[in-house]
Amino acid sequence: MGIEEKLPSGFLLTTVEKLAGYMRKNALWPATFGLACCAIEMMATGAGRYDLARFGMEVFRASPRQADLMIVAGRVSNKMAPVLRQIYDQMAAPKWVIAMGACASSGGMFNNYAIVQGVDHIVPVDIYLPGCPPRPEMLMDAILKLHEQIGNEKLGPNRANVIREVEAAALAAVPTISMKGLLA
Amino acid sequence: MSNELIPSKDGALERAAQESIPVANTGPASLGKQSQGFGVTFATMFKKVNTEQYPEEKVPTAPRFHGRHQLNRYPDGLERCIGCELCAWACPADAIYVEGASNTEDGRFSPGERYGRVYQINYLRCIFCGLCIEACPTRALTMTNEYELADDGREKLIYEKQDLLAPLMPGMVKPPHAMFPGTDDGDYYRGQVTGAHPSQGEQV
Repeated sequence: MGIEEKLPSGFLLTTVEKLAGYMRKNALWPATFGLACCAIEMMATGAGRYDLARFGMEVFRASPRQADLMIVAGRVSNKMAPVLRQIYDQMAAPKWVIAMGACASSGGMFNNYAIVQGVDHIVPVDIYLPGCPPRPEMLMDAILKLHEQIGNEKLGPNRANVIREVEAAALAAVPTISMKGLLA
Repeated sequence: MSNELIPSKDGALERAAQESIPVANTGPASLGKQSQGFGVTFATMFKKVNTEQYPEEKVPTAPRFHGRHQLNRYPDGLERCIGCELCAWACPADAIYVEGASNTEDGRFSPGERYGRVYQINYLRCIFCGLCIEACPTRALTMTNEYELADDGREKLIYEKQDLLAPLMPGMVKPPHAMFPGTDDGDYYRGQVTGAHPSQGEQV
């Protein structure tokens, strides 16, 4: 009856998905979550020389309700972990996380009792960014890779299916401790 | 509740208010002062923009920037790494894993006795300090200026030997192959081998 029956199957929905992805990725507002030295590079990325405003991301929101990207910049101590999780929970979906720098990604050189060994123990991470600290270009590269991911994201029930599939694959995956690779 | 927040009653606040220095110019700034301020803003419009257009124009890093590692080769294609694990021992973040193995006559990857069979660098741990480069006795490990390393999985950021090895340049022979005839590992180390011999195999 409507336009969607005249068009090839799924055409309209995928177009809506693409449009939503285009809009989301070009107005991604980061939450300020600077924890250590990486935050200095994050600030430099927002400032004039590297200018995140070119990607519509210059507004670092101090309120998690208005942010949809959390750049975890710096080492996360065990004391900070619940705070970080609360900030993440307060952000409105859809939301994304970049683990910026070695410490946020895996604990880095701080392999000790005080530091969370990778922020993915607390929140789901979309992009891992190595470096200590990563230079602003590296952060922009991570952001652009995240933009690409967001642009291809599904909507509605499709998104729920993707999340379910990813979860099932993660549960079925071989744990890292049993991965032998070349060492076996 | 304690009464710490209640101001003291000995007149300290009133005295402090009287002792404060009065502000001379309370009203708005004069037109001249204002235009002086806006002049700074206006002049900025004619200055050169210092923004780097990153993904389109990549400004080169400093030549000694610490980027991704590289495992080098000798001019005939044999690997420089001897699997000594000194880089792994020097690493403050325990990011490097090396497992050496012995070269045999029909499976030779590096001159001398040993080669690095397994070589992994975990880039999520690596802090790019360069202590591994300083520790390397054969200059097998150096750093490139490549910095675009971000990825979406932890396991994808553990780089194996094949990700780190330098590409084969023209004139090199892909290992495993024999050493240059009539040389030993000392000659390789002193830089006396400058290319591959036809007996070593097909050159790239």
